Amino acid sequence: MSAADAPLTTATAVELASAIADGETSARDVIDAHLARIEETDEDVAAYLVVTADGAREAADAIDRRRRDGEALGPLAGVPLAVKDVFCTEGVVTTAGSRILQGWVPPYTATAVALLEAAGAIVVGKTNMDEFAMGSSTENSAWGPSRNPWDLGRVPGGSSGGSSATVAAHQVPLAIGTDTGGSIRQPAALCGLVGVKPTYGRVSRWGMIAFASSLDQAGPFTRTVADAAVALQVMAGHDPLDSTSLPTAPADFSADLDRGVEGLRIGVVREFLDTTGLDAEVRATIQQALARYEALGAELVDASLPHGEYGINAYYLIAPAECSSNLARFDGVRFGLRVEGETTEEMMAATRAAGFGAEVKRRVMIGTHALSAGYYDAYYAQAQRVRTLIARDFTAAFGTCDVLVGPTSPTTAFALGDKTDDPLAMYLNDVFTIPSSLAGTPSLSLPAGFDEAGLPVGLQVMAPLDGEAVMLRAAAALEADLALDLVPRGPRAVSAPG
Amino acid sequence: MSLSSDEVRHVARLARIALTDEEVTALAPELSRILDYAAKVSEVADPDVPPTSHPYPLVNVLRSDDEVAEPLPPEVVVANAPDAVDQRFRVPRIVADQS
Repeated sequence: MSAADAPLTTATAVELASAIADGETSARDVIDAHLARIEETDEDVAAYLVVTADGAREAADAIDRRRRDGEALGPLAGVPLAVKDVFCTEGVVTTAGSRILQGWVPPYTATAVALLEAAGAIVVGKTNMDEFAMGSSTENSAWGPSRNPWDLGRVPGGSSGGSSATVAAHQVPLAIGTDTGGSIRQPAALCGLVGVKPTYGRVSRWGMIAFASSLDQAGPFTRTVADAAVALQVMAGHDPLDSTSLPTAPADFSADLDRGVEGLRIGVVREFLDTTGLDAEVRATIQQALARYEALGAELVDASLPHGEYGINAYYLIAPAECSSNLARFDGVRFGLRVEGETTEEMMAATRAAGFGAEVKRRVMIGTHALSAGYYDAYYAQAQRVRTLIARDFTAAFGTCDVLVGPTSPTTAFALGDKTDDPLAMYLNDVFTIPSSLAGTPSLSLPAGFDEAGLPVGLQVMAPLDGEAVMLRAAAALEADLALDLVPRGPRAVSAPG
Repeated sequence: MSLSSDEVRHVARLARIALTDEEVTALAPELSRILDYAAKVSEVADPDVPPTSHPYPLVNVLRSDDEVAEPLPPEVVVANAPDAVDQRFRVPRIVADQS
């Protein structure tokens, strides 16, 4: 790639790192091009809560100096990176989309971010999100919603919607988010991106503001599978600071990307395609993708997750229960907002009333109720048993399949405001993504085509625990075959890059 | 099941969230609908199914006690506090005077 061929903002992360390493362009030019694109389009997209332009330029200059001095550069040297505002970034305001953390400046940096920076990635800013990662549209952000670059009247998905919006708008080639019940995969689907939720424990949770600790996992958003594999490789690995971090070494995620799917057993999850509420155009697009897999030599297998439909019920007990405990730390004492009161208890209750938005209050209260005396067995313990049944379903399905596939989200991007008055309707966005969250298994979304309105449709690929390599291999084969153009277009799309 | 306004107030008290009467009125049916929906978990899982708290069971994860790490300096720890004095967090009085 040469800088004169195409605008830098349409290049992939791998292409940019290679062009910088080869001296075809400089890290500073790459960063300046992306900062200019952010400047030009973020009034429309609203992906960012903070843009760290000065720090990004300094980091780029440092990489260019190191290259001139002949020092070794990391695999992502000079690649612009956007970070969901749930990750702590030392010295840079971090709010997790909540008023209760307005102005909070973390004293340390999350492990996932530190690893990406050590590999040369350059943080350009913090992205918008649903408050404390609770939501599917970014409309629960205390700072207003982000917009879908494919249609600025629609949501970018959530909760990591700022991260999906910025990559789709070609403001950066790489962003990171977190996925608790679908918060990477659903926004990736709605914005036409690759979004990966790794095996639980594969990426350290240190420095991620916790929502539901037994489910939260960090992962990348990219426009290509190869970029996702490289970014995930950098983020993955054991971290003694996270006791749930996997001690085993990660596989080589890029090794099998070109292997194709000949002979691969791809399980089609029957219940997902039969779900009422699955949009007909989404179903048709998924079925076309399945036909392509067959044409590429994969063996399509009928697969079943019989308890999958109960995942969403279990999730909306387990996640609120864990969040009611995790969010107890926001009490007006150590950080963030304080609203004064006569007693400490009044101060805490007034602080949390003023600092939390409606959805966070709902979930904290659902969780508090579900864990309270007399209800624990009926709610939380039962939900954990359903979790066991779903994990067993996956184990059984992976007995006859290498990967499972289905839709990522029941619909394409919906209009801003469409579901804000109905929490349950919003929760149903997660119906296909929650099962692998509960099982802890890796899954990703990749673009499979478009609906009649030109909005992207996401295909979900699910793999067994530690099966990232085969999952990415299956995704790469379909990506190469479809060769979709992922530059947003249409009458209400963000302006084209370049 | 449906939550009464008094139950909503009780849960809000446990969760340390002050609610207005209007919020209580709005939340009672909203939370009831969500709980009804979630309660479907009791339809499927028999008591003999073991609960899963964690998807990838790791046991006996201990930190290495023999390595002394550098803690955050106290002034950094209290830097974000709404009210701090002498490197301590200040809150309204919790216990009454001893006398």
